[in-house]
Amino acid sequence: MRFPGSTGSSKENRHALVMGIVLVILSLFLFRLLSIQILDNEYSELAQQNAIRRVDAYAPRGIIFDRNGHKIVVNRPIYDLMVVPSELPKPLDTLELASLIRISPLELSKRLIKAKNYSLFRPSLLHAQIRVEDFAPIQERLHDFSGIYAETRTVRTYLYPYAAHLLGYVGEASPELIEKSNGEYRPGDYVGVSGLEKTYENYLKGKRGVQYRYVDVRNREVGRYKNGVFDSLPIPGEDLHLGLDIELQVYAEKLMANKRGSVVAIEPSTGEILTMVSAPGYDPTLLVGNVRGHNYRKLQQDPLNPLFNRPLQAMYPPGSIVKSLQALVGQELNLIHPETRFPCGGGYAIAGHTVKCTHKHVALNLEESIQHSCNPYYCYVFKTVVDQNHGRRPREGYQIWYEYMKKFNLGRKCEVDLPNERKGIIPSPNYYDKIYGKNRWKSSTIISLAIGQGEFGITPLQMAHTMAIFANKGYYHRPHLVRSIGVTGQKKMKYREKFHIPIKPDNFRVVQDAMQKVVDAGTATAYGKIDSIIVCGKTGTAQNPQGKDHAVFVCFAPRENPRIAIAVLVENAGFGGVWAAPVASLMIEKYLKNSTKRHDLEQRLLKSRILPEGTDTIPTPTL
Amino acid sequence: MTGMREQKSVFQFIDKPLLWTYIALTLIGWIAIYAAVYNPQHQNLWDIQQNYGKQMIWILSSWLIMMILLSVHPRVYHHSGPLVYLVTMALGLTVAFLGREVNGARAWFEIGSFKLQPAEFMKLSTAMMVGYFFANQPIRMDRFSSQIMAGVWLFIPATLLLLQKDTGSALVYASFILVYYREGLSVNYLIYGLAIGLLSVLTLWLSMKTMWMVIPVLLVLYIVLAADSRKAFFNGIKLAVPAMALVSGVGYAFDHILLEHQKQRILVLLGKVDDLRGAGYNVHQSLIAIGSGGFWGKGFLQGTQTKFDFVPAQSTDFIFCTIAEEYGFWGSTVLLALFGFLLYRIFLIAERQPSAFGRVYGYSVGCIIFIHITINIGMTLGLLPVIGIPLPMISYGGSSLWSFTAMIAILLRLDTGRMLGIR
Ligand SMILES: [Zn+2]
Repeated sequence: MRFPGSTGSSKENRHALVMGIVLVILSLFLFRLLSIQILDNEYSELAQQNAIRRVDAYAPRGIIFDRNGHKIVVNRPIYDLMVVPSELPKPLDTLELASLIRISPLELSKRLIKAKNYSLFRPSLLHAQIRVEDFAPIQERLHDFSGIYAETRTVRTYLYPYAAHLLGYVGEASPELIEKSNGEYRPGDYVGVSGLEKTYENYLKGKRGVQYRYVDVRNREVGRYKNGVFDSLPIPGEDLHLGLDIELQVYAEKLMANKRGSVVAIEPSTGEILTMVSAPGYDPTLLVGNVRGHNYRKLQQDPLNPLFNRPLQAMYPPGSIVKSLQALVGQELNLIHPETRFPCGGGYAIAGHTVKCTHKHVALNLEESIQHSCNPYYCYVFKTVVDQNHGRRPREGYQIWYEYMKKFNLGRKCEVDLPNERKGIIPSPNYYDKIYGKNRWKSSTIISLAIGQGEFGITPLQMAHTMAIFANKGYYHRPHLVRSIGVTGQKKMKYREKFHIPIKPDNFRVVQDAMQKVVDAGTATAYGKIDSIIVCGKTGTAQNPQGKDHAVFVCFAPRENPRIAIAVLVENAGFGGVWAAPVASLMIEKYLKNSTKRHDLEQRLLKSRILPEGTDTIPTPTL
Repeated sequence: MTGMREQKSVFQFIDKPLLWTYIALTLIGWIAIYAAVYNPQHQNLWDIQQNYGKQMIWILSSWLIMMILLSVHPRVYHHSGPLVYLVTMALGLTVAFLGREVNGARAWFEIGSFKLQPAEFMKLSTAMMVGYFFANQPIRMDRFSSQIMAGVWLFIPATLLLLQKDTGSALVYASFILVYYREGLSVNYLIYGLAIGLLSVLTLWLSMKTMWMVIPVLLVLYIVLAADSRKAFFNGIKLAVPAMALVSGVGYAFDHILLEHQKQRILVLLGKVDDLRGAGYNVHQSLIAIGSGGFWGKGFLQGTQTKFDFVPAQSTDFIFCTIAEEYGFWGSTVLLALFGFLLYRIFLIAERQPSAFGRVYGYSVGCIIFIHITINIGMTLGLLPVIGIPLPMISYGGSSLWSFTAMIAILLRLDTGRMLGIR
């Protein structure tokens, strides 16, 4: 072959051959396209006639059990109708379709237009959350409406119409969450909004799967695409096993019927919450499915504020129950001992006003002071603690007292496994510095703290938690609801941790003696005492500037190897011994002995109504 | 750099059909990428978090690159081949060891969120280097020594790319056989090439051991049946020995050099393995998407197969799929015609270059673009194994768009220089 340079005779031939190769390849492509796009229907059939439908397989959320293995929250299937507008029959009988799914023809055409605007070829939601019983007739007729198909999902079912506040509810994922989640959540997905559903969302939600199905021209699903090799099964959410005793919960909610307030019961040895009542409550089923919005608004407008989660969010002055704490601190600091006596005289007079006592006591010792809830006694104790350096540096004394309160988780969150817990209020020394000026305040300025009043706020959860610490003589686990998660069966690390309060068990013993007498022969005798069970308790009255005082009773039982610590708060019920103590007492009996013989007491509580005037009475529950 | 007056004449004499075709292709690419990654939740056209937003930046910046390269004096291009070649090959070597690994290939430099792929620029520099080589050396492609030297320029980048585990890009350099053919390489090499290809396919299809038996049997038959057995024996041996060597080489390479996923892709393509979940899945889904497009297509943003993410790498390697689904046979034909016209124009311009550099460079650019189109669309249509290389001007990706832009810009500038009488 001759050298074919730029001037060679074969230059044109070579150019032509290169172009020829290009042409051959491009023509080959063109024929291939002609074959698969026009002549051969195999592929277009695969895509159109035997449409492949992608159906999301939603993961059922984890099931919630109580401590005895009773199911509390389960799932129930529902159906979402989806529409692919391009696959709809032409003409479409909109009247018939509307009547089939029970919406107005106008609403139907609105939804269809919305779907078309979104995409002709991609599925849109046509009608959400059809119950199984309503779906059967729809399913029978679905083959007349090609392009419409159902996706199965599950919604929550609550087996008890109680415990709504702690269980919480699920709602549709918000656009912000979807945006943030990086594909984890899609429009229409459910997400825990409150309560345990929110705290344990990551465990409960599971993982969505997907199924590809062949659908024939008559809108029938004829099988799985490629025998399901691309399908992925949904992974159900992990189950939660609670420390909650659902029967005790139900019992407590019934006892609290037609009252406002809280009940919190904790197993002292583990910190597991046995009961957590916020009264008035509501049926959690009200917030399931497409009625949620409507019901939520109704609950919001209720003057009794049933959505307010009182055990975690309501703060009350602790009243007399703080006296037991004072007794501990005073002893631990060696400032008082069991035989220390302070005069009562019916009141404790300080600059200008008097802290009154309920009775005019003789000079009581420590045990008697708790038993009879003597106010002046604890003003002296508080003064002794705060002014321990001969009144020269009250800030330091108060700092010590304040630190002890913090150790009991007062003024500090218990870190329970529920959202929106409040930490309560105990003013810090800095706070008083700001209000009164540095070195311008002393024990007498803040004496109301001594008897649990003034700027002192604690939640019912903190009350019960304090009782658990008393029962344990100084140690605790953070209070929590979930005792084991999923297959691992573990609880969260932070709830396995054990904490110790730097107070000697002996000092607890003295206070326990006194609290036992409170129930056996003191302020809570009438309704608190139970045969054959030693209960230690303390009554309290939480001051309420808006109206009648709130009744408080805290206790634990039995004294040896305590199994339950309870705080009961009944709003506007006055003295703690009358309304709060019997609730706690009946619950202890129910929990430890499974039944009560005190049916009269039971009936009195069930029928009583302690609510502000002008609010509706809820029908009396039966046991 | 040229003055204002000359700048003006550059645009006066520029080959407008090629320029417009290039611009049209970049815009078609953008629309296709938009459709491929379209998500009703993100409808902002300029969202630079999304591929289409980024691609718009790539397109605008590549137009800027085009303007800059068009204002450089052609002499610079004539002489800068070796330097550019050296720099890009050094980058290629560096990235093979220090680069960031994506999908098994260590082919990217990462500077912040910006990723640079030296492989794309190695193509450009090889075109310039080969052009420089032909312009400055007494080359005769019918001579073995020249062939060897010409081969070296391709061997270096191909080796570096295999080192980066970027087989697709390495394959691009095979297209230079057409450049060399144009420069005098015997047509026999094309025939050999074709024969080698066929024999390789046969080997993989029938297995190496079968071929070891088939070739001697054919040889014996040939000798026995031939009129002149003696002559046939020598001729036959001359064919059979290299054939046996090739078969063994291909068999060995398949068993010991190719990676598992590459083997799988080839076996699926040959119909030996029916693996619709693994390697065959992409192509099968691609074909369903294309097939469902029909004649007119489904329309902008109405592709169904894409919605389900059936087709992978929709905005990069399988972008043709989106176009074929949404615009059907009609749209695909228009795109193929545009590519055909682009190549026609490039080879035409190459032919009319008075300098050897301009001609060889032009052919190189044309052949590089041509093999990209061939491999990419061939893969999408299920005619070639799945090899990830971009569809020129269409696929998402800054490096490749910049590189193809530079290739075309330099060719346009050389051509304008010719018109202005500058050499
Ligand atoms: Zn008193």
